[in-house]
Amino acid sequence: MLEYRVEIALWAISGIIPFFMLNIWTSNNLNESINISDVMLSRYFLCAFFVRQFSVVWVVFSFEEDSLMGKVSPYLIQPLNPFFRYFAQHLAEQITRFPFALIIAFFFFIFNPESLWIPNLGILLLSIVSTFLSFLIQFLIQSIVACLCFWTEKASSIERLLFIPTLFLSGLLAPVVSFPAYVKSWIYLTPFPYLIDFPANLLSGNDTNISGGLSMQILWIFLLFPLFKKIWSEGTKKYTAMGS
Amino acid sequence: MAQNIIDVKNLSKSFDISSKEPGLTGTIKHFFKRQTKSLKVIKDINFEIKEGEIVGFLGANGAGKTTILKMLCGLIYPSKGSISVSGYLPFRRKENFLKNITLIMGQKQQLIWDLPPIESFYLNASIYDLDKFEAKRRIKKLSEMLEIDEELFIPVRKLSLGQRMKSELLAALIHEPNILFLDEPTLGLDINAQRNLRKFLKKYNKETNATICLTSHYMKDITSLCKRVICVHEGAISYDGKLELLLKKLSPVKEILIVCSSEEDAIKLENSGFTVKNKNKNEITIKIENNSITSSLKTILNNFDIEDLFINEPPIDEVIGKVLIKKDYDI
Repeated sequence: MLEYRVEIALWAISGIIPFFMLNIWTSNNLNESINISDVMLSRYFLCAFFVRQFSVVWVVFSFEEDSLMGKVSPYLIQPLNPFFRYFAQHLAEQITRFPFALIIAFFFFIFNPESLWIPNLGILLLSIVSTFLSFLIQFLIQSIVACLCFWTEKASSIERLLFIPTLFLSGLLAPVVSFPAYVKSWIYLTPFPYLIDFPANLLSGNDTNISGGLSMQILWIFLLFPLFKKIWSEGTKKYTAMGS
Repeated sequence: MAQNIIDVKNLSKSFDISSKEPGLTGTIKHFFKRQTKSLKVIKDINFEIKEGEIVGFLGANGAGKTTILKMLCGLIYPSKGSISVSGYLPFRRKENFLKNITLIMGQKQQLIWDLPPIESFYLNASIYDLDKFEAKRRIKKLSEMLEIDEELFIPVRKLSLGQRMKSELLAALIHEPNILFLDEPTLGLDINAQRNLRKFLKKYNKETNATICLTSHYMKDITSLCKRVICVHEGAISYDGKLELLLKKLSPVKEILIVCSSEEDAIKLENSGFTVKNKNKNEITIKIENNSITSSLKTILNNFDIEDLFINEPPIDEVIGKVLIKKDYDI
């Protein structure tokens, strides 16, 4: 059991990129160029950490392994789409991460007491919804890429290509507001800023267009879901049940 | 008269296979100009299976038995032809169809590795819309039939292969399917575990009238469970019929070892017109056709002084082995 506990703790710690980025931003006074105070910036990166903890997705890797090893076969003949299993796994692991995320937040406030704030209930609820929608978008994107396993055996390589824009455009390394205006207008047309930037800004109390952000998240889900259904239906015709 | 539950017509399946030469040059060539060819693994097969039948699929490795099962359960899409299982097109994987079937692959598992089997059973029960009470009742019934008890509460990774296989069976049967596709279900099990599994399958078939399609390389599985066999050779059906008939056809003679009371009697017997396999002093082995065995033995016993007599059946593995390398059996 000790191994599992350590593994869970490591998961939680593995998501601390936002804190590194916070350190880089504040130690170089980069936030002055975008008119965000130190306090708001630290809240933003703490929220980015939380959003990331509850929206991180790895379904492409699980599905690729299961597909290559023939483990998908028994799931395919059950009256439940195998992606529901992965979905449930992700939700279960998010619940497991929660106490560790709280511990990290506790230490964050010990070292940054000026950043402590309590969001109002309405904002908190909207942020939870927005984080869940962000998780859904990422899950759908990765599930679509995972379905490419039916054509290519290394769909995770395609996912790695997507990881680069996700890293830079989602708000994990820098708030999207810090990009030049003409770049921003393009970024907001992609799903990436709605993965971390929008929910993190919402939770941290930064100025953000709540209805616009939520609408874009829902729109992306509506666009991605039929695409997933189509690629799943075409892909399963290609399934060769290798390894079994 | 039982109804056909499986109906297969002109079924074919092809796979695109790419090959690579060894070494760096081969890898570079493979990257830029991949050689792919279409391999027809199932070739226009036809068969029907009646409700409640237990049918064994026999064939050498790579003959296409598992591919047939995978198409029957809807796991892979056929290239040509039609399949009807319980009135459904398997590949559409309709909920009602999936609730009626199960597939057990000896070398693959669906149980959650780090949790006790009971957790997987309840998960499967939810997937198949069984309420907790019903799930409990079925787990109890099946665990009694399979003779597993404490194992239900031990993490899967700590179970022996036999215990794991029994748990796999329970997980696969919790929704009480009426069509079972079993691909090498006894693979890797010891003799006792194999026997218990066969006993269980017989009992399950008897109690539920379930149809069972089975592939196995253990001849005992086939002979003790299946009255009918379908032999698959290079993707085509080489024989479809009663196992008993196939065995008769493949081994039309029996070998009889006769111990005569003297060497003179053995010489007399040797020259009496029987086909002699070998002779050693007063012991002589002759071959007699199955259909004349009674009359021949009567003649021998009446005319020669016999001390002892042994009738040898040819080993079934040897007989079935002939099926795996032959293309057609016209019986």
